[in-house]
Order: sequence, then C-alpha cells, then structure tokens
Amino acid sequence: MKSIAFGQYYPANSPIHRMDPRAKVILTVLYIVCTFLCRNVLCFAAILLSAVLLCLVSRIPLRMILRSIRPLIMILAFTSLINVFMTKGEHLLTPTWQIPLWGSRVWRIKIYEEGLWNALFMILRIIILLIGTSVLLSYTTTPIALTDALERLFSPLKKIKVPVHDIAMMTTIALRFIPTLMDETQRIMNAQKARGADFSSGGLIRRAKALLPVLVPLLVSAFNRAYELAAAMECRCYHGGEGRTRLKILRLRFSDVFAVMLLVAFGVGIFFLNRQGIGYTMK
Amino acid sequence: MAESFIHAENLSFSYKGQNGADDIPALKGVTLDIQKGEYVAVLGHNGSGKSTFAKLLNLILEPTSGTLIVGGTDLSSGDLPDDELIALRRRVGMVFQNPDNQLVATIVEDDVAFGPENLGVPMPELRRRVDDALAAVGMSEYTDREPHHLSGGQKQRVAIAGIIAMRPECIVFDESTAMLDPLGRREVLDTIRMLNRENGITIINITHYMNEAALADRVIVINDGSILMDGTPDEVFARRNELRAVGLEVPQCAELIYRLREAGIPVRGTEISTVEACADLLSAAFSAEGNHHG
Amino acid sequence: MDKIVLEHVDFVYGTGTPFEHKALSDVSVRIAADRITGVIGHTGSGKSTMMALLNGLEKPTAGKVLLDGYDVNATAKELYADWLKRPEYQNMRKSTAKKAIRAEVEKRRRNLCFRVGLVMQYPEYQLFEETVFKDISYGPKNMGLSEEEIRIRVPEALRFCGLDESLLEKSPFDLSGGQKRRVAIAGVIAMRPEVLVLDEPAAGLDPLGREQIFEKIRQYQRSTHSTVIIVSHSMEDMAEYCDDMVVLAHSGIVAQGSCEEVFSQVSMLDGVGLDIPQITQLMRILRARGIDVPENVYTVEQAAEALKRHFQSLKGTDT
Repeated sequence: MKSIAFGQYYPANSPIHRMDPRAKVILTVLYIVCTFLCRNVLCFAAILLSAVLLCLVSRIPLRMILRSIRPLIMILAFTSLINVFMTKGEHLLTPTWQIPLWGSRVWRIKIYEEGLWNALFMILRIIILLIGTSVLLSYTTTPIALTDALERLFSPLKKIKVPVHDIAMMTTIALRFIPTLMDETQRIMNAQKARGADFSSGGLIRRAKALLPVLVPLLVSAFNRAYELAAAMECRCYHGGEGRTRLKILRLRFSDVFAVMLLVAFGVGIFFLNRQGIGYTMK
Repeated sequence: MAESFIHAENLSFSYKGQNGADDIPALKGVTLDIQKGEYVAVLGHNGSGKSTFAKLLNLILEPTSGTLIVGGTDLSSGDLPDDELIALRRRVGMVFQNPDNQLVATIVEDDVAFGPENLGVPMPELRRRVDDALAAVGMSEYTDREPHHLSGGQKQRVAIAGIIAMRPECIVFDESTAMLDPLGRREVLDTIRMLNRENGITIINITHYMNEAALADRVIVINDGSILMDGTPDEVFARRNELRAVGLEVPQCAELIYRLREAGIPVRGTEISTVEACADLLSAAFSAEGNHHG
Repeated sequence: MDKIVLEHVDFVYGTGTPFEHKALSDVSVRIAADRITGVIGHTGSGKSTMMALLNGLEKPTAGKVLLDGYDVNATAKELYADWLKRPEYQNMRKSTAKKAIRAEVEKRRRNLCFRVGLVMQYPEYQLFEETVFKDISYGPKNMGLSEEEIRIRVPEALRFCGLDESLLEKSPFDLSGGQKRRVAIAGVIAMRPEVLVLDEPAAGLDPLGREQIFEKIRQYQRSTHSTVIIVSHSMEDMAEYCDDMVVLAHSGIVAQGSCEEVFSQVSMLDGVGLDIPQITQLMRILRARGIDVPENVYTVEQAAEALKRHFQSLKGTDT
C-alpha cells in the first residue's frame, strides 16, 4: 500500500536494473537529447522502436508504463489541440470548414497537414520522453541509488565548494522520511476527523483553514524527529562526508560503457536520419 | 579497584533555563562505577534524570560539574577533540526510543553500514561487519528491505545492528522498548541479553518497566536526579514501599509475595525477581507449612 | 444491553492491488453498554482497523456495524422500505418522507464521530491550538455547540482527566508528556461521546502515569455510565481495569466475554502472541506442582486471596 504511494521503483531483475546508476543517469540525459533531435517520421519510428525495446528489456509490466502516462492525457490533448490549430503551413486541409458566429461573421477553421504532423510528433515526443526516463531511471533505480549516482557524478563540483555530499545526505534522509511522514499525516488526519474535522467541504479558504489542525502537529513532529535523528546520527559518528567509506562501491562495467556508446551512436544516427527528406520535417 | 568502564563522581547536570529563568537541575551529584561487561538497568519515572544520565555517557550532553570517566577518557570538562569524541561514540553506542527516528537509510544494510562508513572502515571489512551485525540481531534475511516495511521490534533490531557494526564496548538503550508491543519488546530484550552474554558488551538499559529491570544483573534506581537504590534485582524489588513512593512498582510476583508477607504468611527467601524463583519460594513455604502441621 | 454489535464484518485493504490484505475476517462482536471492554491483540491482529470501523473512519467490506441497533453504514435507500412504516414518516407524502429519511441518515452519519469518540494512539501528537482551552474545544466547536455550552464542557472534560483548570490558558506544547496525553483525551471527552474508544491510552507512560490514566478512565466510566472500549496489548492492564474482554488474533476473534470467562481459556491465549500476566503464569506453575490453586487468576489481588485461602486450609488440615 505504502509502496504505491512512494517512489516508482519497480523491483525486478533486468539488465537495466543491474546497470550502474551513473550510467543510467547519463543514458537518460542522452536519451532525452535524442528525443529532441527527432524531426521526421523515420527518426520517430526509430526512437519509438528503441522505447519499445527498452520496455521489453526492463521487464516492467506494460500496465505500469501505461499507468504513468494516464495523468498526462490532459496535457497530451492540450498540446495536440494547440498544434493542430495553431500551426500554419502550406497544405490547408480544411478550406471549407467554418462556424457561423453572430451576424455575418464566421470563424474559419484552418487545419494544415503540418499541424497534424506536429501534433503527432509532439505526442510521440512526450510519451517517449516519459517511457525513456521512467524505464531508464525511476522504475529501475531505487531513489537511494539515484542519489548516490548524482552525488558521484557531481563530485567534481566539490572543488568549487558546492556541498555535494550534504545535498545528497539531505536527499537520502528526505527519501527515507517521506513514507514515515505520509503515514503520520494520515494518522493525524484520522485523529482530527475523529474530532469532527471536515477536510472536503467548503471553499478554498475554509479548506486551507481546516488543514491547520493537521499541519501544526505534523510540523511539530517533524521537528522532533529532526532533533532525534540528528542526535542518533552524531551517536553513529557522523561528521560530514570527509573520510567516509561506502558499503556500495559503484563500478562501471564494460556493458555500462557499451550502452552509453551505443546510445551515442544512436543519436548520431538520428542526426543523419533527420537530413533525409522523407515526409514532413518538424521545424 | 578493578578497571571500571564508567566512573562517575558527584556528577551533575542542569538544563539551561530559557529566557533568564533558573537552570533546571536534572542530575544532582551521582556517584557510581560500572564495570566492563556488566548488564545494568537504570530505573526511574519520567523526568527522574535517568535519560540525562544516559546522554552524558557519550557526550550528547556535557556534565555541568563532577567527574565522569568513560573507558579511560575523561569527559568531565565536556570538551573533547573531534577525533577523541568520535572514538568515544564508537565505543559507547546508543539506541534511542523511537525506532523511526534513528534509521537514516532507505535500505536496511545501508543503514547498518552508516556508522562504520562514518568511521572510514574500508570495503571488504565493512561488508563483513554489516553481515555479522545483521546476523547477530537475527535480521539477515531483511538485508535489502526498506525499514518502513518492518515491525517496530525489527526496526529496533536494525538500529542495534547499526551500533554493533561499529564494534562498541558498551551500548546504552534509552527506553528502547517503550514504543514496542510485547513481541517486539521480547525480540529486543533477547538481543540485549545475547550481546551481553556472548559478546561481553557492557549494557546500560534505561527503562521504566520492572519486568525488564529483572533481566539485568544490577539495577540502579534514580529519583529526582539522585541514586536511590543500587543493587541486584532481588535487593531492589525487596524495597517495594520505597519504590511505590517514587512512582515505580515491582513486578507482579514480587508484589504478590510482599502482600502475602503483609498478611502474615511466612514466605522465606530473597529471590523474587523471576516467576520461577517466586514459584519456588511459594512452593517451599507451602510444603513447610504442610509438613509443620502434617 | 449491547451498545455496539459487529455482525460478520470483513475488512480488506487495497482491494485489487498486489498489497491486498484482509485485516478483519468474519468478525462478530457484542460490546455491552455501561461497561469497560478491553480489546486485546498483537500488532497486526486487526484491532486498530476494528476501532476505525466503530466511528466511521472506515467502512466494512462486508458485514454490519450496529450502534444501538442502527447500522451506521446503511444508506437511505436501504432504509426507505423499513422506515416509511414508522409513525413519524407515515403521515408524510412519500417524496417528503424520503427526503426526511435521507436528511436523517446524513445527520446520523455526520454525528457518528461525536457519538463514538476515538482517542488514537499517542494522541498528544494531534494537539495544535495555542491554548489548552482552544484545543479541547476543537471537537465541541465542530459539533456546532454554543460558546456557553463549550465553557461548561471544557473544564468538565479537564477534570475528568485529572488536570487542573489553571492549565486552560497554557500552551499545550509547554506541558509534560503525561499532561499532553490527558489534554488530548479531554479533547474527545468534551464531545460527551456515548462510546469512548481509547487506543493504547497508556503507551510509553511510566507505572505511575499508567495507573493514573487507567484510574481516571475508570472513574469517568463509572460516573458517566458511558461505554468505554480500551485497545491494548497489555493483558496485565486489561485484567486490572476492564469488565469485559475481546481477544483478536490473526484478523479474527478468538475469545470474548467477561474477564473471568476469557481468562479461563488461558491455554488458548498462549498461541496468540500476547504476554500472559506474570501472576497467571505463576499460578499455573504452582498448579503444575500440585498446589491446589485456581487457574484463571489474573490479578495480584485474586492471587493473594487464593493463596491466603490455600494457606489457611493447610493450617486447618491438622486441627
């Protein structure tokens, strides 16, 4: 029950799950770049194929992936409408469509072929972005491994006094306490409901006010937890990132490097495919 | 005197008064010695100063006055160089009350590794320590679980493993069973006993449960910042009226024997800290009575 | 008389997800009015779920929860046929009567949490107001009570919990742990619930604090004649302070009845992950050694009496 609410990690044993998280972060960035490189049908076909392959390799069930798309349906619909109606091009598909308004005024609906293509490409781009990032990162990487990878990737920044370790530590602790605080919120809400609190009726201001009996205790308890945790960490000899060793040593394997190289090659391929004048090319 | 691990003499601590108010004394001149390998329970009601005592032992709080020497290090001044402070906290581990507020990582083994990682324990050794510590508390099969899926007792055992992995000489339990159910409490208490008996770790268990105190070799009762009693569980439980007077109660069986003696029934013997011992005393009393009259 | 009845109640969490979990399975319980009932069970036995069902925080997946014989989760539709025959609705036009019934059902649903007051575990974590007075009046205010009425109820609730009225204008965050706990309980008592449900009211308190809080709960019940339900996993406390007991284990009921009846099944209690009171263990050992003492003894008082009697009988054998 709690796992659904917290994070998206889907435990499985796939090549992607086993990959070095640093490689996955780099791959994700590259993949996003590739998606934005795509300009024509060939490119989108290629990248769609790659997304399907990724899904298969990752062993994430299709319904999980579809579920992550569902909340985006509104955005997808909105983007495609904007593209369909706002793109101006050369091939007008609807020369005769018009809606009478008042008097003799009419509203001419102008949909261009280019608009349809743009809408299709935008939808594909968003979906592929989502599949790419979720399969390469969020579904297959635990939040903690991700934090760890980011800490190491950004560690050169320590030289210019960016507190990389501290930020990573804080992120880890935040991740650790999200489920705890969510449970706590539920408990406090139930406690106040038992005293007749009503969180669901009334206007915006009334509802915000009704949340006060939840937020105050939640903050008080979060501060208490913070104090106790700080004491516990001191008792366990925490003194910043200096001189710390790690239980989990990340090792880039050949396969990780190979995957990155493969994706770079894929990007180069896309770049050249764009130059083929096949069908419509996005601006 | 044999080497005592903890030596306190006239040890006092006061909390600073807020906004110019008077300081609030929490510990008033405590003098005691705890030997290496002892299993000590520190009893007292809420606000008696027992938790303050615990927090002085690894310098979470700094003594206001008096002498405190822990494992050869003098903490009286409350000021230690960083490396000595870290060395002290490695040797004297501490397990707190709320299991949720002392686990740092989102995966059990990462959490257990947190202490030794801070100490800079290098890799093959680190892995071994984590595995050993989890095995010692019987949590090996939960290595890669997330702490928030565990029961209270299991979380607390993970917290203990996190301390053991630092290879401490002494562990202070600050009401570590107060938030657990009977099953979780038993798990933690069994672990504590095992650490004391098999690994020779000095145990200081701060508690207000009498049944827990009965498991220790020695019970120290603190009231109003001073030591009220110091002895074996049997000796302490025998002073039932004094305990009641400071808001504590003896285990049910000890209470029963007290009431029978009050009623003039001659129950002889001093071993009253366990159910079995009490049963022995009572059967002896009854058969004596039976023989006497029979 | 039964105040609360649970009829074949099932409760399933997360239906249709991989985390589906049956928290209660075919649970039937009767809770008598004007008594203190202890509900005991190990963690995960379903006792907290059962509490949430009583005041409408959760609805059963199957089965009924009856308060004074009224199914608290019944919809107006289910009640039409029955209620239309009642004298108060008989003389109305059918559509008016239906509307009235719907309003009545809605009102009962809303009032359920005021009639069955629930004090959750570690209730001190729900305090939020600037003063103790304001915090205790939160519930009564939500009930829509008048200012004067609240001024009567708040100090009364505070007294039931054994706290001094001088605390009323203090901030609840400046109080000691035990005092905070009592203020939180007072916040529920101020709603004057017919049923007061407390989940582990003494958790984390020292022996004196425990004794005081249970003593106050008992005094409250005896003086108001309300129905009190205490949820706990401590058999020692329940044996001491409850009239009746319900034992839950693994999502079902294993025993219910008066304390004597439940404790006469001690052998069964071994297998449900609960601690048997020390005194009961002691008496069992004595029995096993052939000493003639009753087995279902669960308080020090009873044990002392039984052993004194036994001792007298030993003395008496030679005269």
